[in-house]
Amino acid sequence: MESSSSFSRSSFSASPNTGLDQQPKLTVTQLVQLEVEEKVAQIYRVLNGVSPHAQSLMSELWRDKHVEFLTRGLEQLGPSYHVLDANRPWLCYWILHSIALLGEPLDPELENNVADFLSHCEDKDGGYGGGPGQLPHLATTYAAVNTLITLGSENALSSINRDNLYKFLLRMKDSSGAFRMHDAGEIDVRASYTAISVASILNILDHELAKDVGNYILRCQTYEGGIAGEPGSEAHGGYTFCGLATMILINEADRLDLSSLLDWVAFRQGVEGGFQGRTNKLVDGCYSFWQGGVLALMQRLLLIVDKQLMPSSDNGESSSIGSTCSIKSSDLVGQGSGKLSDIGFHFVKIYAESVPLFHSIALQQYILLCSQVLEGGFKDKPGKYRDFYHSCYCLSGLSVSQYSWWKDAGASPLPTAVLGPYCNLLEPIHPLYNVVLDRYHKSFDFFSTS
Amino acid sequence: MSSSSSDDDDRIPFSRRPEWSDVRPVPQDDGPHPIVPIAYRDDFRETMDYFRAVYIADERSRRALDLTTEAIGMNPGNYTVWHFRRLVLEALNVDLHEERDFINQIAIRNSKNYQIWHHRRWVAENLGPEAADKELEFTKSILALDAKNYHAWSHRQWILLSLGGWEKELDYCCKLLEDDIFNNSAWNQRYFVITKSPVLGGLQAMRDSEVSYTVEAILANPQNESPWRYLRGLYKGDTDLLVSDNQVSDVCLKVLKTNLNYTFALSLLLDLLSYGFQPSDELKTVIEALRKTEPDSSDANLATTICSLLETVDPMRSNYWAWRKNNLPFQVC
Ligand SMILES: [Zn+2]
Repeated sequence: MESSSSFSRSSFSASPNTGLDQQPKLTVTQLVQLEVEEKVAQIYRVLNGVSPHAQSLMSELWRDKHVEFLTRGLEQLGPSYHVLDANRPWLCYWILHSIALLGEPLDPELENNVADFLSHCEDKDGGYGGGPGQLPHLATTYAAVNTLITLGSENALSSINRDNLYKFLLRMKDSSGAFRMHDAGEIDVRASYTAISVASILNILDHELAKDVGNYILRCQTYEGGIAGEPGSEAHGGYTFCGLATMILINEADRLDLSSLLDWVAFRQGVEGGFQGRTNKLVDGCYSFWQGGVLALMQRLLLIVDKQLMPSSDNGESSSIGSTCSIKSSDLVGQGSGKLSDIGFHFVKIYAESVPLFHSIALQQYILLCSQVLEGGFKDKPGKYRDFYHSCYCLSGLSVSQYSWWKDAGASPLPTAVLGPYCNLLEPIHPLYNVVLDRYHKSFDFFSTS
Repeated sequence: MSSSSSDDDDRIPFSRRPEWSDVRPVPQDDGPHPIVPIAYRDDFRETMDYFRAVYIADERSRRALDLTTEAIGMNPGNYTVWHFRRLVLEALNVDLHEERDFINQIAIRNSKNYQIWHHRRWVAENLGPEAADKELEFTKSILALDAKNYHAWSHRQWILLSLGGWEKELDYCCKLLEDDIFNNSAWNQRYFVITKSPVLGGLQAMRDSEVSYTVEAILANPQNESPWRYLRGLYKGDTDLLVSDNQVSDVCLKVLKTNLNYTFALSLLLDLLSYGFQPSDELKTVIEALRKTEPDSSDANLATTICSLLETVDPMRSNYWAWRKNNLPFQVC
C-alpha cells in the first residue's frame, strides 16, 4: 500500500496567515473540495486500519460484477436512458471496450448483432449517427468505429464503408482546418480528435484531412499549459487528451509547448490520488483516463520536452517526433511515403523513456476504492452513481496506470506496478485511440492490406 | 412500463390529434437484433415516430416546429432534432426572439448540454449585436448557479468576440474572483479579457497592474494554484521578462519565507532557474533553510536542491520532480 502514506492533509485548508484569530471564510471551491477530501480520507482510513490481506481484498477488481453490469446494459436499458437515445454507439463502445479491457470473450452471435446494429446507425453517405436514422456525427462515428475494431471480427471490420467515411470527414472539415461535429454543427477539439483518430485507425488519413488541424489545436493551448475545447476557453483534461493525441497523429506534437503541458497535467493529480479535469476543480474517476492518458502519451514524448526545456533551443524550428525520439522520423511517417496513418502504429513501438510521471499506484487506489462500485461499474467519486461512461474511462485509466512502468511488450508488467492482487491486471490499450492493443494490431493488419 | 409520467398526464397522443391524422408514423429501425435497446416510454416512442415521419418528408411546417419542441423537451441531446428545427425556423422565418425564450426555459435544466448551447449561438448570431446584452445576462444567470460551467463560459467568450459587450467584463471577473478567488474559470476569463478586449489595450498594456493584482492574490492564498499559473501566463512568450522582472522572484521569496504552502513558489523558481535566472544570496539561504536533512551530495546546485525539496513536500508528484531533476538544462547543472 505504497500510496496510503501519500494521502496528506489538504492543500486547500485556509492559510493561517490571512487572519489573526478568526479563520477566513472558505470559498465555494474550498468547501466542496474539503467535503470530497473528507469522504475519500474516510475510505483510506479504513484501508490503513486493516491487515495487508484485507487491504488486498479491498483493492480487488470485482471482475464478475463488472461483466454482469456491462452485459446487462448491452441487452436492455431502462426508460431513463432515453436521454442517451442519440448516443447509442457510445453506449456500445463504453460497454464493449470495458468488457475487452477485462479480457472477457464475447459470444460470436452477440458480436454479429452489434455489427449489424451499428450498420443500422451508418449513414448512406458515410459516418455513423447516434441511432438508426439520425444524422451522422463525428463523435458517434468514433464510437462506432472503435466498437467495431474492438469486436475485431472480419465481419465487423469489413462492415465499415471507408470511402464514404472519408467523404463524410472531408464534408465536416471547416475552411479553418478544424472539424465540425455534424452538418452545421459545433467546431471544437473533440471534433478534430474524433475525425483524425477515425481516419488514422482506418488507414485513410491523408494530408488533405490533416491540413491546418494543427493550427486550430495550437490556438486552443492555454496560458496554463493544457488544451481547451475552443480558443480562449479553460484548459481541460478531456480536450487536452483530444488535442495532444490529434497533434501526435498528424505528426505535429512538437509545435505544442509540451513542457508547460506536462507541468499542467502533472499538477492535476490531487491528494485523493485521482485526477481533476481543471485547476481547482474536484477529482473525478473519468479523468483517470483523460489525464492519465495524456501522461502516458507524454512519457513517449519526453525527448521533445527535453529539447524545449533548453533555453537555447529554437522552438520555432520544426522537429518531428521521429527526429527527436530514439527512432528515426522516417520510421514514424512511413518510409518515404509520408504516410500519416502509420504514425499510430509506430508510436506504440516507442518504449517509454522514463518511469511514469504521475503516481500510478495512488491513481489505482482512487479508481479501485473510490470509483469502483461493488455491485459492478464505476462512478465519478464517492456519493455519485455508477454509469457506463465512468466504467469505461475508469477501466481505461486503470489499464494505463498498470502498464505505466511497462518497457517490454513481450513481458507482463511487474507485480509491483499493479495495486491489489495481480489478477487485477487488465488488457493494455493503444493510448492514442483507446482501443485494446491486440484489437488495434488486428485492425491495423486488416486495413493496411485491404 | 408506465406510459406517462405524472406531469404529462394531460398529454394527448399524436394518434388522437386531428391535425396529425394525415401522417403515418415511422418506427425506428433497430434491425432484427437491437443492441443497447432502450425501453422507451410510449409517449417518447410515439413522438420520435412522428418526428421521423416529418424529418424524412422534410416537412418544414409550423406543426413540425411544434413537434420538435416536444421532442426536444423529452431529449434535448438529440442533435438531429435540433438541426431539423433550425431548418424549419429558417423556412418559416420565425422571430428568433421567441426562439430565445424557448431555449431559456430548457437551458436552466440542461446547462451542460452541447446542443442547447450550439443552438443558442446560432440564434444569437442571427439576431446580431442587439442580442449581446441579453446573452451576457443569460450566461451570468447560469454562472450564478455554477460559476465554472464550461459551456456558459465558452458562449460568453463567443458573444464578446462576435457581438461585443466588453465594457464591464473585467469588473465581472473581479466580482467573481472576489466571491471565490479559487475559481480558475474566472481567472481564465480574466486572461481572455486582458489579452483580447479591444477596450483595454492588450497584455503588454495590462501587465503591470495585473502582476500587482496577482501577487496580492498569491500572498493571500499561496496554496491557490490559479494565480500562480496566471502569473506565468502574464509573461507568455517573453521568458526573458519573466526571468528579469523582480516582482516574480520576490513573490516566490515572500512565500518561501512564510515556510508554508510553498510548493508553487518552488515550482515557479525552478522554471525561472531553468530559463537562466540568477538567484540572490538571500534566496539561496532561504531555500537552504527549508532543507530539513543534511545536503545530499547530488544536490550540486540550487535547481537540484529545489527538485529534491519538491520530491519531499509534494510526494504525489515525486516522479515528476525526479524527472525534472534529471533533465535540467545543462546551463543550470
Ligand atoms: Zn467524470
